[in-house]
Amino acid sequence: MAIKDYLRERFFPHMWCPGCGHGTVLNTLLRAVEDLGLNKNDIVMTSGIGCSARISGYVDFHSLHTIHGRALAFATGVKLSRPELTLLVPMGDGDALAIGGNHFIHAARRNIDITAIVMNNRIYGMTGGQYSPLSGPGKKATTAPYKTIDNQFDVVELSKAAGASFVARTTTYHVQEAIEIFKKAITHKGFSVVEILTQCPTHYGRKNKEGDAVNMLEIYRDTTAKVGSKALTENPALLGRGIFVDKDTPEYCEEYEKIIQLAMREVA
Amino acid sequence: MAKKKLKEHRINRDWCKGCGICVKFCPGKVLELDAMEKVVAVRPKDCICCKLCELRCPDLAIEIVEDEGDE
Ligand SMILES: Cc1ncc(C[n+]2csc(CCOP(=O)(O)OP(=O)(O)O)c2C)c(N)n1
Ligand code: SF4
Repeated sequence: MAIKDYLRERFFPHMWCPGCGHGTVLNTLLRAVEDLGLNKNDIVMTSGIGCSARISGYVDFHSLHTIHGRALAFATGVKLSRPELTLLVPMGDGDALAIGGNHFIHAARRNIDITAIVMNNRIYGMTGGQYSPLSGPGKKATTAPYKTIDNQFDVVELSKAAGASFVARTTTYHVQEAIEIFKKAITHKGFSVVEILTQCPTHYGRKNKEGDAVNMLEIYRDTTAKVGSKALTENPALLGRGIFVDKDTPEYCEEYEKIIQLAMREVA
Repeated sequence: MAKKKLKEHRINRDWCKGCGICVKFCPGKVLELDAMEKVVAVRPKDCICCKLCELRCPDLAIEIVEDEGDE
């Protein structure tokens, strides 16, 4: 299948701003799905609310555009009732880790076979640039005109601690890496988290004087390094990219199936 | 592996929003924005078919079509 076959072309050009990284997330995610040769009728994408969440409208999969922070709850319901389907859940940083933080950690704890994609632009894009739990201290936002004092979550450490069995980080600059990571995350059996840094030139970029989309991609290029690389060991100030966790632990739907069998034997 | 050869850049002008990401990061400096701020392949001969423009494009507006003829 060509990538266009996975798109709802009638909704293009899409609603994202010029240079918004969310389009690159859509682009790379679809390449991964294409490379894996997945049937679009076997994929369900659930999303919440935000610029990022609008992604579910553009893919020609089964899709549920739900409520803010709850995309993983809907995905859990779909997956438990139809475990054979592939669940993709893209979320903004606010959607995933502010209002949706509790759903996020518990989905990770259960290790349910869902691919969660945190589209991290470090701001609430859709509502005009409020700071998020991923902005980090010293950043500017409409709700922090003098700078934020809040520490940010580290998505990788949080996901690890919560029990996700696959955890990775990449950026919209590193597109080939992003495609490979998405492929591994989707194939992985268990809860997979992919944090992808994605630029919001309109709010985050402008308020934090990071320039346009091109400048923001240069920042991703220059301030990150691959895990295990010499660059990262020599310069701990860089942010690590790559796969941090990839392990086999009991998956929720499989464990649930065992309980169903147990209960059936009991009543029989 | 045979060297990849370009047939054409298929550019969807209705979808391109002129962000300039493809222009900036093209290793061959093949692309430019025109007066309408839409991308055009001005030096197609320098294209090495790495497809980075196609993969990075936030608007899914570029497709690199390779010449399959002379493999
Ligand atoms: C229950 C509820 N609370 C608040 C909102 C307002 N709201 C809409 S989108 C959003 C945050 C979007 O930020 P993020 O999830 O980071 O995605 P982005 O737009 O940056 O891609 C908020 C707070 C809402 N829609 N529903
Ligand atoms: S406001 Fe930011 S996140 Fe939303 S579409 Fe524009 S650039 Fe993207």
